[in-house]
Amino acid sequence: MTEQQHEVDVVVNGVPHHLSVPARRLLSDALRHDLGLTGTHVGCEHGVCGACTVLLDGRPVRSCLLLAVTAAGHEVTTVEGLGTAEDMHPVQRAFRECHGLQCGFCTPGFLTTVAAFVAEAPDPTEAEAREAISGNLCRCTGYQNIVASVLRAAELTREGGATS
Amino acid sequence: MKPPPFAWTAPQSLDEALAALGEAGDQGKVLAGGQSLIPLLNMRLAAPARIVDINRLTELAYLRTSADGVRVGALARHTDVELDDAAYSVQPLLRRALRLVAHPVIRNRGTTVGSIAHADPSGEMTAVLALTGGTAHVASAAGPREVAASDFFIGPLESALQPGELLEAVTFPAFAPGTGSTFVEVARRHGDYAVCGLAAAVRVSDGLVTSARTAYVSVAPTPLVLDLTEPVRGATAPDADWTACGAVAAEQTEPEPDIHASADYRRHLVLVLTARALAEAAARAGAEAA
Repeated sequence: MTEQQHEVDVVVNGVPHHLSVPARRLLSDALRHDLGLTGTHVGCEHGVCGACTVLLDGRPVRSCLLLAVTAAGHEVTTVEGLGTAEDMHPVQRAFRECHGLQCGFCTPGFLTTVAAFVAEAPDPTEAEAREAISGNLCRCTGYQNIVASVLRAAELTREGGATS
Repeated sequence: MKPPPFAWTAPQSLDEALAALGEAGDQGKVLAGGQSLIPLLNMRLAAPARIVDINRLTELAYLRTSADGVRVGALARHTDVELDDAAYSVQPLLRRALRLVAHPVIRNRGTTVGSIAHADPSGEMTAVLALTGGTAHVASAAGPREVAASDFFIGPLESALQPGELLEAVTFPAFAPGTGSTFVEVARRHGDYAVCGLAAAVRVSDGLVTSARTAYVSVAPTPLVLDLTEPVRGATAPDADWTACGAVAAEQTEPEPDIHASADYRRHLVLVLTARALAEAAARAGAEAA
């Protein structure tokens, strides 16, 4: 059966893209397979692990729980859109400084979630930091360094680290 | 896994959406936030032939707050309801319950009306609608109708919605003056489905308890509303025997066991959490007296 294709215009990391996809294409798969943006990782595909989190119009959402066709007309930011190796986002700098990752599989989801969190809550308590990442699973770190990274990211944001 | 194939349509107006749903009949499914539907599709537990995606009906992304209550449109995200100060001032239980609904990232996308249409007996907002005595505003090509919360929830994942119908909005009424409320639950991790949870509302007049009511999630097939006033009627709030109310509640629940908790443990939680929630609601009753 040939599935009907739908035309989707979506802005990803500031770049307009045109896609032709079946309705059932998940945004996570559209990003990875159609656009080659493999920084967004796919873990559980039912919204539990948080690895696929991206920003939709600035708000973190699960890209595995969103159809690409529904994202048409919106702006998506993936981990590739946060910063570069030469010019890292404050959250990326914080995760490096605090060793907030080991294998790195879950990291893109943490980075996007935390980027939105510290922008809204630049002076969180440790409890607030823990709650902010409660929807992201990490099987390596035991979370302690990730919590430290969130607090450090907030500190960098308060210092205006966005321009690094 | 990936969703099975389906026909997809994204109407631009409510009339178009109702026409599409009418045409799809029992093969149609509404997609709003998708935080319950898309996991079901990904796990192949649901395979609707047609999906009517209402995400372009931005006119349904509203909150209308009056002194009588809060009307929430079908496209208002949980986060929008949670953060709305006007809604909080009229019905504070909304924000208190929403903070327990999954995780912030899920609430950014999921809709309050969608979670009610989904009728999951562990969904916090179903209990809030039941306890507040709310109303479901249902639209279809045949015309609108209203369903009381007490008639809306039929069974697990089953509501009074018929094929071709869209839950266009729900109204959460304000409580009577002098009522305090809370939502408490026990989950294995923050944001997980509750093992047992409840919304509680206690009304205090002239320092004396006149009403104590609760609505439960995860211990019954539909949100279970109990009136637990009798053991505490006329008591002063600090001296009321809330544990007696908890015991009455535990007698009236028949929870099912699952891998997370036995039926006995759930019943124990009903007792303990009921007492805790009622005490907390009563303590707020004075502060929230209108």
